[in-house]
Amino acid sequence: MTGIVSYGTYIPKYRIKLADIARSHKKNGDEITKALQVYEKAVASLDEDTATLAVEASRQALLNGNIDPKDIHAITVGSESHPYVVKPTATIVGELLGVSNNYFAADLEFACKAATAGMQFVWGLVETEKARNGLIIGSDVAQAKPGDILEYTASHAAGAFILGKKNVIAEIVDFVSYTSNTPDFWRRDGQQYPSHGGRFTGEPAYFHHVLGASKVLLEKVKMDASDFAHAVFHMPNGKFPKIAAKRLGFSKEQVATGFIVDRIGNPYSASSLVGLSAVLDIAKPEEYIFLCSYGSGAGSDAFVFKTTKEIITYQKRNKNPVVGQIEDKEYKAYRI
Amino acid sequence: MKIHVAGVGLTRFGELWNKSLEDLAMEAAGQAISDARIDKQKIGAIFVANMLSSKLYGQDHLGAVVTSALGINAAALRVEGACASGGLAVHMAVQSLLSGMYEHVLVVGVEKMTDVLPSLITTALSGAGSEDERRAGLTFPGLYALMARMHMQTYGTTREQMAAVAVKNHFHASLNDRAHFQFEISIEKVLTSPTISNPFTLFDASPISDGAAAVVLSSKPIKKGVVITGSAVATDTIGLDKRKNLTELTATTIAAKKAWKQSGVGVKNIDVMEVHDCFTIAEIMAMEDLGFCAKGEGGRFIESGQTRLGKKLPVNPSGGLKACGHPVGATGIKQIVEIVQQLRGVSGKRQVSGAKVGLTHNVGGTGATVVVHILQK
Repeated sequence: MTGIVSYGTYIPKYRIKLADIARSHKKNGDEITKALQVYEKAVASLDEDTATLAVEASRQALLNGNIDPKDIHAITVGSESHPYVVKPTATIVGELLGVSNNYFAADLEFACKAATAGMQFVWGLVETEKARNGLIIGSDVAQAKPGDILEYTASHAAGAFILGKKNVIAEIVDFVSYTSNTPDFWRRDGQQYPSHGGRFTGEPAYFHHVLGASKVLLEKVKMDASDFAHAVFHMPNGKFPKIAAKRLGFSKEQVATGFIVDRIGNPYSASSLVGLSAVLDIAKPEEYIFLCSYGSGAGSDAFVFKTTKEIITYQKRNKNPVVGQIEDKEYKAYRI
Repeated sequence: MKIHVAGVGLTRFGELWNKSLEDLAMEAAGQAISDARIDKQKIGAIFVANMLSSKLYGQDHLGAVVTSALGINAAALRVEGACASGGLAVHMAVQSLLSGMYEHVLVVGVEKMTDVLPSLITTALSGAGSEDERRAGLTFPGLYALMARMHMQTYGTTREQMAAVAVKNHFHASLNDRAHFQFEISIEKVLTSPTISNPFTLFDASPISDGAAAVVLSSKPIKKGVVITGSAVATDTIGLDKRKNLTELTATTIAAKKAWKQSGVGVKNIDVMEVHDCFTIAEIMAMEDLGFCAKGEGGRFIESGQTRLGKKLPVNPSGGLKACGHPVGATGIKQIVEIVQQLRGVSGKRQVSGAKVGLTHNVGGTGATVVVHILQK
């Protein structure tokens, strides 16, 4: 069965505290931190971008899985901060990883769910044996207009997952997509920063799609929340994923491990992938994991994973778990 | 004066993402016409209360929007008086019936506010204030906060007393299936919510809502029911800076006096009322300015609990602007709908037992326009 054979994460070490951003805008930091339930966010260095973050996470994935880059036959990079409008990020990543020329490459854009869209797409290539292994990446150096509420959470990180059929650590049991034309968050050509519909990004956007996709998938696989050891939801702030989880019947304990937004913010397309990585870092064999991403515009991809006994040896090889990267941090001052 | 309320209609208030301005207006109007059991072709005129459709959606000419949707050719016009648009439209409708020109008229209040960003709404609502206030950067939370601060300094009104307004109105809204916020809150919740304009926190303010309300008024009774016996409007300076006193809305006291005189009833006769609580301090001042308690006693009056449902004088049984919601053009008409339902005895869990006389109090801006209506069974 096609599944995850390896993964890697890259969280830049710099952090900015939300209270510092609030102070610069003469806002009450305690109130904003409490409202968003996020304390600090990860930010890349000046010489890092979506491509370099993607390469870092992918190298980690190749290393952890002991996988020859030449065995990667597909690369997708999901992001809403690709360095070029026209030139693909995926080819930069492929070149730097040492992948041969015999691979499929595509950049994907679907707001914060572009990476999971890639996971569904690459699953098809691997499952039909058009690719032995496929690399899917979510990488973002998310931008927000200074002073906008988005600025407090928009952060930077990358997650990379290698799918294959050999030495699978977590099987992809099933997945669905749930999509509609919902204008909750957008960025027109030439706009420096994204725009959003304020509270419209909540019920009719995030919740409608996350709950929609999750319910369709749970029904499809004939499972309910109690069947899962862990659940991960896209984390635009600290509140939304907790509310979505509760409405679906997941407990606080089930979402705790993959809940990373309070310490690194929302790295857009990498958000749910980093959460999933944190779960796989500690998951036991034969556990079911639920994941649901969300991308504005809008849609959600929901997945059911089942860990295998391979995960035990894999975890021993993994020298760079998510928790360590979250803790390895250096605070930067915020100035505008 | 005896104007018959033949029919009422009310949409749910809240974030109604899938309903347009026209959808909302038609939903409320349809209910009111149906409730009145009147042939829509017999409606002589339509008064549409709305403040923001020009600014937010570029839609003027609302009278024709409603007649075209209804499929009738009645006279129709839009009435604008900031947040008092609804009350003003009812006042205009009453005048048109008293003149004898029409026998049945429809009043529809509608506002669609949640499709735009808060910054745009705040700017648009600032149109209810003076040019000087806008130039100074004052928004409505700021203007009412100035009045609240002055009330606190002058009369010792406390934050807890203001919070009691929000707590009471949320309790009432928790019983109202049309309300924007159908849940209860605590004093602590109000006091610890984020500051929006000192001394106000988030829960001192009414929300941005979508919604519509409608009434069919008639000069002759269609069926036995509620009548409007007082309809009064008063105005004051558009900006706060020209006021002699920041702790009262003089226009409220003037409008109330006119309404008492027209209807022949007074403070002691009122069983239930809907007052304009755009911010918690506004309900406290309304109690004083309408004459239900002495000046400066409003905070203690509310805190005593006697304005809660089930007590001596229920105020804002709908949940008020604070918790039922505040789609500005609809608010004044929703107040009429609520009182009509109370006097008809059909308010269910929110019913004020034995209510025979009710009052509505609708404010535009910081009291530059005030409309008071008296309704009787």
